[in-house]
Amino acid sequence: MNIPNLIRIAIRALQRNKLRAFLTMLGIIIGVAAVIAMVAIGQGSKKSIQDQLSSMGSNMITIRANSNSTVGGGARLESAALQTLTLDDIKAIEKQATYINAISPAVQSRGQVINGALNWPTSMQGVAPDYLDIRDWKVKEGISFSEEDVTGAAKVCVVGQTIVDNLFTPGDDPIGKIIRFNKIPIKIIGVLAEKGENAFGSDQDDVILAPYTTVQKRIMAITYIQNIYASAINESSTNAATEEITEILRSSHKLSADAEDDFSVRTQAELINTFSSTSELLTVLLTAIAGISLVIGGIGIMNIMYVSVTERTKEIGLRMSIGAKGGDILMQFLIEAILISITGGVIGVLLGVGATQVITKLLSWPTLVSESSILLSFAVCAITGVFFGYYPAQKASRLDPIEALRYE
Amino acid sequence: MAKKILELNDLKREFRMGSEVVRALKGVSFDVFAGEFVTIMGSSGSGKTTLLNILGCLDKPTSGSYHIDGVNISGLSRNELASLRNQKIGFVFQAYNLLARTSARENVELPLLYNSSVSNKERRDRAVKALESVKLGERLDHLPNQLSGGQQQRVAIARALVNEPVMILADEATGNLDSRTSYEIMSLMQELNREQGKTIVFVTHEPDIAAFSSRTITLKDGKVVKDTQNENIKSAKEMLAALPVAEDY
Repeated sequence: MNIPNLIRIAIRALQRNKLRAFLTMLGIIIGVAAVIAMVAIGQGSKKSIQDQLSSMGSNMITIRANSNSTVGGGARLESAALQTLTLDDIKAIEKQATYINAISPAVQSRGQVINGALNWPTSMQGVAPDYLDIRDWKVKEGISFSEEDVTGAAKVCVVGQTIVDNLFTPGDDPIGKIIRFNKIPIKIIGVLAEKGENAFGSDQDDVILAPYTTVQKRIMAITYIQNIYASAINESSTNAATEEITEILRSSHKLSADAEDDFSVRTQAELINTFSSTSELLTVLLTAIAGISLVIGGIGIMNIMYVSVTERTKEIGLRMSIGAKGGDILMQFLIEAILISITGGVIGVLLGVGATQVITKLLSWPTLVSESSILLSFAVCAITGVFFGYYPAQKASRLDPIEALRYE
Repeated sequence: MAKKILELNDLKREFRMGSEVVRALKGVSFDVFAGEFVTIMGSSGSGKTTLLNILGCLDKPTSGSYHIDGVNISGLSRNELASLRNQKIGFVFQAYNLLARTSARENVELPLLYNSSVSNKERRDRAVKALESVKLGERLDHLPNQLSGGQQQRVAIARALVNEPVMILADEATGNLDSRTSYEIMSLMQELNREQGKTIVFVTHEPDIAAFSSRTITLKDGKVVKDTQNENIKSAKEMLAALPVAEDY
């Protein structure tokens, strides 16, 4: 068997019927293009949801003090008034936890902030420098405070855009200015990038961030902390991190096995699960639809190949009479089917990627063309060609040359 | 003594049609030597087609032996028969059997595509040479539907020649042609036989075609009833010249 010659024969046979070859290909082209585009849309929306969630700090874990009913037995207090979370808890978590990559204490004080003649009621968050990483928050102008500022309880702060808008006239540079929070002077060293409203409608930019030591000592005169923020190393490990933190805090708070937690650990996992399972389902559905169209394309190939074998019976008889073996005929038809499906696959990939670009441009839907979907649909094409081309090709190869020659 | 190309010895072929056994060939024996131009005559039902299929290595005898160029085909597999057809036989069919929408040159190249020992360049050169030998050197790139019936049959003859077979096997090769074109084809056949020494076996039912050959074998009811050397071979070229000149419309 001479494969290069058989490929040549198959190409010539396809060239003799260009329109039919193209129409057969069309099924595969549409199938592959649909797979590529659908998967791209599914993956794109999944990624954009994930990005949005990450920008909200999707792997953020919040730890609050909680009054458990066994303490005191009287009225249960609101969490901010409890003094059970301490810096020792943070040290314990930092030391023992393996699923946490950043942690920050938080204390919060409400008050009036004044700059010259302008004033604004807001809250001041005392946090560690890691807090910005946990919230995935950037400083757009100036710098953030450092560990040294925390150690020295420096009177520096980073302010949100809402503070800048309310305390400064437009064009006034807030960096380096000293403002007063509850009469305590504090220097602005940075402005936070805008974050807008959160999911519940409160303005996330209406905040002043300062070292937690500064807020503890100079503003609130307390030693405990109110909240702990931490971030898990990735979204999928938030549950493991939650369990780990619970263990650590229970042992550092010396709670007996039957005692309730005197703190609560919360994550955004449910939110994430809902969103990602929705987009996961979307991807599966779109892929299934696209996959079905690919199978239909394959059946189209089989159909045409069968018709083609019948129609070309005389040609097959002639080829056999001048020396083509059964294997040669089998390979010729198989190569024709594979050429149709592979060529269709290439055109389909190009069309799919093109359609994806158009969708992104015109509808501004997020899309993500993954290499795996290209490789997969290409592999499926080749397999489709072999699978759906084999039976017609076998039928052709088993024809009796005498009968095939006399076929009308 | 010329080389023995075909050797048939008590060849029988039976077909089973349900419970009945049809005996198409009932013991055919003859030899064909290199350089002979043999016509096989016979009315329909005489076993002509069955014999042709066996001579062409498309079918195998039920009993008896058939040697082509010294090879006994009885023990050969389907694939071995295909190779034999490719290398030893050049078929010419009544209906030309050219591939549609395929140039004359590519049609002629076809047998060589199934012969892996022929390179691309050699294949092209041999196809051109074969077309030139049937006087179609000017029409290499014409498609079958741009050629007349006679020209198409000449392309088919070129296709039969291109593999340099030991025998050209023609099956009613003039059956679809008018008498003028038939004479043209027969004149070409005679030329190939005389000038290039090609062995030709020509199956036909037309007696006037048999007159151009050197030997006529007549079949009847699956048996050879007559096997005569033709003493008075007519020249197709002269016959052609003698035809009244066609009027131009």
